[in-house]
Amino acid sequence: MTDGTAANDVESVDSFRDRARRWLEDNLPPAPPNQLGETSKSAAAWTRAKELQRILYDGGFAGICFPKEYGGLGLTPTHQRAFSEESRDYEMPLALNIPTLTICAATILDMGSEEQKRTHISAVLRGEELLVQFLSEPRGGSDLAGLTTRADRKGDSWVLNGAKIWSSGAYAADYALCLARTDWDVPKHAGLTMFLVPVRTPGVTVQQITQVDGSREFCQEFFDDVVLPADAVVGQVNGGWETANRQLFHERSAVGGASPYSSGIQSHSGRDVSGLVDLARRTGQLADPRVREDIGEARALNMVHDQLIARITHGIGSGALPPAAGSIVRLFSAQNSWLQADMAVRIAGASAATGTTADDAGFGQAGQDYLMRQAWSLAGGSTEMARNIISERVLGMPREFAADRDIPFNQVEHGH
Amino acid sequence: MNLDPTADQRLFQSTTREFLAKSVPVEAVRALAEAGRGFDRAWWRKGAELGWTAPLVPERFGGGSVSEAPMADLALVAVEFGRACAPGPLTTTSAVISGLVLEQDRFADLLAEIVGGETVAVWAHYEPGRGLEPRDADTTAVPDGDGFRISGIKDRVESGDQADIFLVDAHGPDGPVQVLIRADAPGVSVAPTWTLDVVRRTAQVSCTDVAVGADAVVQRDPAEATAAMRTQLRVAAALTAAEMTGATDRAFEMTMRWMFDRYTFGRQLASFQALKHRVADYKTWLEACHATAWAAANAFADDPTAAAEAVSVAKSYIGATAPGIVQECVQLHGGIGVTWEHDMHLYLRRVTLGRALYGTPGEHRRLLTDLMERNAA
Ligand SMILES: Cc1cc2nc3c(=O)[nH]c(=O)nc-3n(C[C@H](O)[C@H](O)[C@H](O)COP(=O)(O)OP(=O)(O)OC[C@H]3O[C@@H](n4cnc5c(N)ncnc54)[C@H](O)[C@@H]3O)c2cc1C
Repeated sequence: MTDGTAANDVESVDSFRDRARRWLEDNLPPAPPNQLGETSKSAAAWTRAKELQRILYDGGFAGICFPKEYGGLGLTPTHQRAFSEESRDYEMPLALNIPTLTICAATILDMGSEEQKRTHISAVLRGEELLVQFLSEPRGGSDLAGLTTRADRKGDSWVLNGAKIWSSGAYAADYALCLARTDWDVPKHAGLTMFLVPVRTPGVTVQQITQVDGSREFCQEFFDDVVLPADAVVGQVNGGWETANRQLFHERSAVGGASPYSSGIQSHSGRDVSGLVDLARRTGQLADPRVREDIGEARALNMVHDQLIARITHGIGSGALPPAAGSIVRLFSAQNSWLQADMAVRIAGASAATGTTADDAGFGQAGQDYLMRQAWSLAGGSTEMARNIISERVLGMPREFAADRDIPFNQVEHGH
Repeated sequence: MNLDPTADQRLFQSTTREFLAKSVPVEAVRALAEAGRGFDRAWWRKGAELGWTAPLVPERFGGGSVSEAPMADLALVAVEFGRACAPGPLTTTSAVISGLVLEQDRFADLLAEIVGGETVAVWAHYEPGRGLEPRDADTTAVPDGDGFRISGIKDRVESGDQADIFLVDAHGPDGPVQVLIRADAPGVSVAPTWTLDVVRRTAQVSCTDVAVGADAVVQRDPAEATAAMRTQLRVAAALTAAEMTGATDRAFEMTMRWMFDRYTFGRQLASFQALKHRVADYKTWLEACHATAWAAANAFADDPTAAAEAVSVAKSYIGATAPGIVQECVQLHGGIGVTWEHDMHLYLRRVTLGRALYGTPGEHRRLLTDLMERNAA
């Protein structure tokens, strides 16, 4: 959009949509049934996602909102939305959306050096790199700026030591955006630096963690004297909080469903209500007015979610709302995914909790999804953090008391 | 869809807001309530001059929209009505207009009178004990020459006690029909019913063998009558949803103000995280109400299925959400919140009535599931 092309040279959304529709039909297989979100990623699934991304790239439909000079198309969020809608019925590299495209690549675009942008954004768009986030630590994720992983300067390089946890997809990743403490003598926000860390490099140990639904998406990482070059810094040395803030902003948009960089439509917040109709039919309740109300409610909430995303994104874009209003969609998306999970369990009834293996698949899925119900109100910053942001930065209510404000980090109480 | 009102729409909205603030401040609303009058007829004519009755009517009949999206114009007015807890038959008149414009040339004179605010025409749709579905009116329309003779009881007729004319849904020999009946016609009797809202009032209208001439039959064909009722219901539901959003918006605004002004344990209410977190939820839901009410109003430009879906989404979501937010606003006010003297109950009344009229959340959710099945088939 900033490459000097006159506005009337930009392809109209309708024409783009038509072209995308034809291309998708010719080039992508139909979506596999019951496409699940984050919980079903195997190594093979990652390989497949990269392949699909390459197909998009070769077809000229990758990175619709990323600038042309970094391998994208330089088009508008409306073009992206049109493409995402058209792609609903096709197999898409959805696994690359969060966090690779919508969070990490977007952060590099905002905060990275020219070199980082050229190298990593285009590699991501070609399906050659997976990027993940190393933010949370075992001693606390909400208080992100209170982290204790350290990077010490040694000549021209940095040496990283510490541990991270809950990193989605790290076992398959190529690089991670990793926030570390580089100055302990200043208040917590002032002593952080963001690094782009190669995940498969000496000194990094990645361990998978099994989640309650049996998937092994989460990882923890240990850093033992990992040597990073000076150009691994994203943004400024000790300016890591600013980079992290951009990253968290993109994360909230992505988790809320409002990221312009998201390609294809994610199904993780139960957005496909036809599954509920199916569940009701198979349990013989489709004629029950109460069940029909539940299904209608789930359908309505999905649509309200989309309408809210449009309103808030537009409001932030036009300045009517502060950027922090992104937390509104983040909070709503969690509430929506709770409702979707709860409805499925309610309709599945006893079948959500027990059954023989001969039973149709899908009943048990409702139960499994229910066990993971809270994931979407924790991932991407908890809903409590979203509520703090909305009350303090959107509604202007007084800030929470923080015992560590303006105190050099090495004098802050950390508990056990 | 435009996510922002146009400049003209904004002007229309702010003119309405200023007029309501001046002409029906909350004291005036309370006075109208105490006098047992829903609204003042001369005041309604002034509102009509401002354009409240015009958007859905073509210009040659004295109407006109300030934008390409007449229902969006009206929704902005409805939001202001909600914020002011304003009186007046905005919703029901709009529903009637949306029915009459389908037969505009035959009802040109009446349309012009309604647009001018001289005639108040309201919709008699519901029947005692009955819900949303338009097909099953018990009110009968027995053919009589080229017209009908109408008998039956209509319920929840908005502003029924102030109306000049009713657009009545009845059941003819082949199915639904719609006819116009004057309030002073022989055989018509109107009895105000109690209503939670103080000024958005309702009545029961009984018809005993009321003669209706051919010129007062609006829809004779059952399919067309059914389609017309659906449109009217959609208009009424969309505007009620917008109005509830306005009422909730105002209640929330007053509550925020209160939370900054009120101190307890040496600090502002607004400083307690337990309350901040709840308010963050209400803000989120309120933004969602605005988003979905606006989407519904703008969906009238799309095909009827899309409009039906958007309206049911909005009416079910707002109907289920808005009263909850306002109740929480009462809670955050403490004891003062449940007094007659405090204005909060005016808003609670408005949203509680709004939830009930033109489809409860449950009714609209079932409609949504019907639509999903129809679309899948
Ligand atoms: C599915 C999933 C994927 C994730 N992916 C990643 C990833 O890729 N990379 C990464 O770095 N992290 C990731 N996370 C971690 C996530 O960001 C953290 O779980 C989250 O920020 C919460 O941090 P915590 O788990 O340490 O909880 P804590 O910070 O210990 O919080 C515990 C509870 O206390 C509440 N709480 C904490 N502080 C306050 C306060 N001030 N006021 C009110 N309530 C408070 C929290 O909301 C929470 O309910 C992921 C998490 C999930 C569930």
